[in-house]
Amino acid sequence: MSYTRPGFRHPESQKNRLGLTRKAYEGSISTLCAGCGHDSIVSAIITTVFEMSIEPHRIVKLSGIGCSSKTPAYFLNRAHGFNSVHGRMPSVATGANMANRDLIYLGVSGDGDTASIGMGQFAHVVRRNLNMIYICMNNGCYGLTKGQDSATADKGSQTRKGDPVALESIDLCEMAIQLGAGFVARGFSGDKKQLVPMLKAAIAHKGLAFVDVISPCVTFNNAPTSTKSYSWVREHMEVTNTFDFIPLRQEITTEYDHGTTIPVILHDGSIINLCKREDKEVITSRKEAINALEQAKGNRQILTGILYVNPASNDFHDINNTVKTPLNELGEADLCPGNTALQAFNESLR
Amino acid sequence: MNKIKRTNDFVVRFANVNGSGSASANNLFAKVVYRLGVPVSPKNVFPSNIQGLPTWYEVRVNDHGYIGRRGGADFIVAVNGQTLREDYQMVEPGGYFLYDSTRPLPDSFVRDDITVIDIPLTQLCNDAFSDNRLRQLMKNIIYIGSLAYLLDIGLEPMVDSVQRQFAKKPKLADPNVKAIEIGYHYARDHHPDSCALSIRPSERVGRQILIDGNSAAALGALYAGATVAGWYPITPSTSVIEAFERYASRYRREPETGNKKYAVVQAEDELAAIGIAIGGGWNGARSFTATSGPGISLMAEFLGLAYFAEIPVVLIDVQRSGPSTGMPTRTQQSDLLACAYASHGDTRNVLLLPADPTECFTMTADAFDLADRLQTPVIVMSDLDLGMNDHLCDPLEWQDERRYDRGKVLRGVDLDRLKKWGRYLDIDRDGICYRTLPGAHPEKGAYVTRGTSHNEYAAYTEESAAYERGMKRLLNKWETARCLVPLPERTIRDEQGRIGVIYYGSSTPATCEAIDQLEASGVRLNSMRIKAFPFRKEVFDFIDRHESVFIVEQNRDAQMRILLAGECQVAPGKLVPVINFNGLPITARMITNQIHTTLLACGQACLADRSPSPEKRS
Repeated sequence: MSYTRPGFRHPESQKNRLGLTRKAYEGSISTLCAGCGHDSIVSAIITTVFEMSIEPHRIVKLSGIGCSSKTPAYFLNRAHGFNSVHGRMPSVATGANMANRDLIYLGVSGDGDTASIGMGQFAHVVRRNLNMIYICMNNGCYGLTKGQDSATADKGSQTRKGDPVALESIDLCEMAIQLGAGFVARGFSGDKKQLVPMLKAAIAHKGLAFVDVISPCVTFNNAPTSTKSYSWVREHMEVTNTFDFIPLRQEITTEYDHGTTIPVILHDGSIINLCKREDKEVITSRKEAINALEQAKGNRQILTGILYVNPASNDFHDINNTVKTPLNELGEADLCPGNTALQAFNESLR
Repeated sequence: MNKIKRTNDFVVRFANVNGSGSASANNLFAKVVYRLGVPVSPKNVFPSNIQGLPTWYEVRVNDHGYIGRRGGADFIVAVNGQTLREDYQMVEPGGYFLYDSTRPLPDSFVRDDITVIDIPLTQLCNDAFSDNRLRQLMKNIIYIGSLAYLLDIGLEPMVDSVQRQFAKKPKLADPNVKAIEIGYHYARDHHPDSCALSIRPSERVGRQILIDGNSAAALGALYAGATVAGWYPITPSTSVIEAFERYASRYRREPETGNKKYAVVQAEDELAAIGIAIGGGWNGARSFTATSGPGISLMAEFLGLAYFAEIPVVLIDVQRSGPSTGMPTRTQQSDLLACAYASHGDTRNVLLLPADPTECFTMTADAFDLADRLQTPVIVMSDLDLGMNDHLCDPLEWQDERRYDRGKVLRGVDLDRLKKWGRYLDIDRDGICYRTLPGAHPEKGAYVTRGTSHNEYAAYTEESAAYERGMKRLLNKWETARCLVPLPERTIRDEQGRIGVIYYGSSTPATCEAIDQLEASGVRLNSMRIKAFPFRKEVFDFIDRHESVFIVEQNRDAQMRILLAGECQVAPGKLVPVINFNGLPITARMITNQIHTTLLACGQACLADRSPSPEKRS
């Protein structure tokens, strides 16, 4: 596993409209497990902003706590980042966005971060329609604490200990649509061909754009019956005191056409059926979007693509009627009413 | 019977039902006294309920300018049947009891040491007004009219005040004036010589204003240039943000578009409220939130992040009675320790301790400078008494030449000149590092802010040495903060004196009065008002020079005493608690009695060796 990145770049590396190469959009070396889907999403983010020729420093990257929330360190070294507390990224993003409306806010969260401890903040940042891209790297488990189920783990799927998940899962896309998000999409970490244009659309959207990306955990989505499972490997290892052994895995990738469904085999041998929405089909009805999601679920499929768009979305600054100048650029002359006004105020109390 | 005979020195207490519209009537009374130039101190004692439960409004009139709560009541206006007996018993001997005689007092109400003034308020109101709502509201105005006669105020100042209050709504002024006159004339005709309390116009108020601490704090935030407020409603801090929004709406709109130069975000909870404030502060806006004890508990995790990641943010904590939900509408100073060390791990937060609304204004404004300069949370420690009651205080002033101290922020041009920059490099050796803002430079100055351990270049690290360096630097910054926070106020009455008194915040007026009372009885105490945490060196010196120091505060566990003992490395027995934690503002009587009792019980010489338990002292 690499822990340093070679400085060499091909002199004829492709440049974007700003004259920047991909290198300007990269971050530190990932410390996630080899083959983690989150790294694929990071790569998709880098490709997206590179191809859109966004100035890297005009992006603010924010996250909570968890494997996914570590990823902002792995892209956009020239952008400021904020790794906040568990589940509370949306409030920090709100304050930051209020302070400077001119930057692009990219929030990265996980399913534990979003669907459990941060559920309240997720719901309310959607309600506020904050102008941001909210990516949930969704693997159905808590990686950093070694694989407990998260609230998005599908009911009936096998847990780390082999028990089927007993509780209903939370579908974050359905929730986001119900809560009033103006842009809701679902992607798969291994399908970069779909993910990159999806992220481009999310960045272009005004208001909150929610992108749920299914991103299998290479280490903890394993059933004990699987010979590739963590427990199986540990039991069959000769050096048993190496507690933190993480088996190297290949990243799962896939590519398939819009309007088709394919089965994807995960690291533990289980299968998910990805159903890709037609790319020309844009749903602007919340009811129809939810129906489509429910119908796919009924067919044991995961519907991917842009699920719902409200083109007339107003962001939180519009709703608040904030001045165009970023609030953090206003000075005394704009902000302080002065002593004369204060003396008049004193008089009004007499 | 010896009636209490006093001019400009007594306490009137109104007993009402919450939600009956009495607050504005009672406030009218206080305002009239203020406008006559007589120092006045109104305090609302209200239940945590919207409607139906007992509520009291206590007005202290005092020409000496003592505006702390005195305790006791010389004149009680009793219009709440639920508390009639309690109110009757509470009148000081020689005092006065005004009640609604539409229903006569029960025969069991027998006191021959007070004057009972019967006025059929309901009957008078029903005779004069046909509208049901007016009948409810004007009953309160009628007793204010009666007071205008009984306390010798006269009709004119009352009517004048009503007309000023309703200048823009003359239709509402008419019934109010009518009710004032009804009350005044009834008292004049039926109780011509019953009351020996009186109010005479005075010059004592001077230029002072009457304002509540929450409004003043809101103005402080406005004048300091706060643009982002994240908040969640909680008594008694709610009116801070509501007032901020009101003032901002008045003073901070773009003339051409009406657009706002501020953003007030009502969050989903306190966790989000502080998160919003921190996000705004991190991104270069002056940001704040206001809350109370339960909110502080919820904000603790984020406060630790702001401390460790070094993000400027201002909190206004309007304290109430805890723990837990406690008494939401009663006052205390019991969040001191929770705020000083809020969050897990080794965390220390800068606290400012205002004593009146003027200081709520100045200290809130200063808090933004301090937070920016120190890159850390600064908490303004107000409380319900200070925040929600009107206080007589100096007019608010702003120096127009004052410039916001935004601290060590590197702009794009600064970064251009720099070869190497580290977010947590202590270049100036004062513990405060240089920060950059998002979007400032295309290539330089970006970093990841995090609550995990980081080195001088903001890179994640679990290297012990780097963590220790960072934590020690934060202590160095704490020492810098010690030199920047407001100095304490010291009064030496006896150069050779061995006993001192320390107090802070809203305990100030009652403590000052108690010190005067003690001096009048031959006990001269040196005193110090603490205005901030970390404690300035002067606080250590004051404690050092005295053998024993009384610490006056409003909580059960003597939290300031604990803080002083720990921070100043003082033997706890040297610090003697003087406390009140009943939820009502501390009174001069309580302080005087506790100090007197201790002095008598121990003798001054042995004070240094003893620290009586709070139970014995309350």
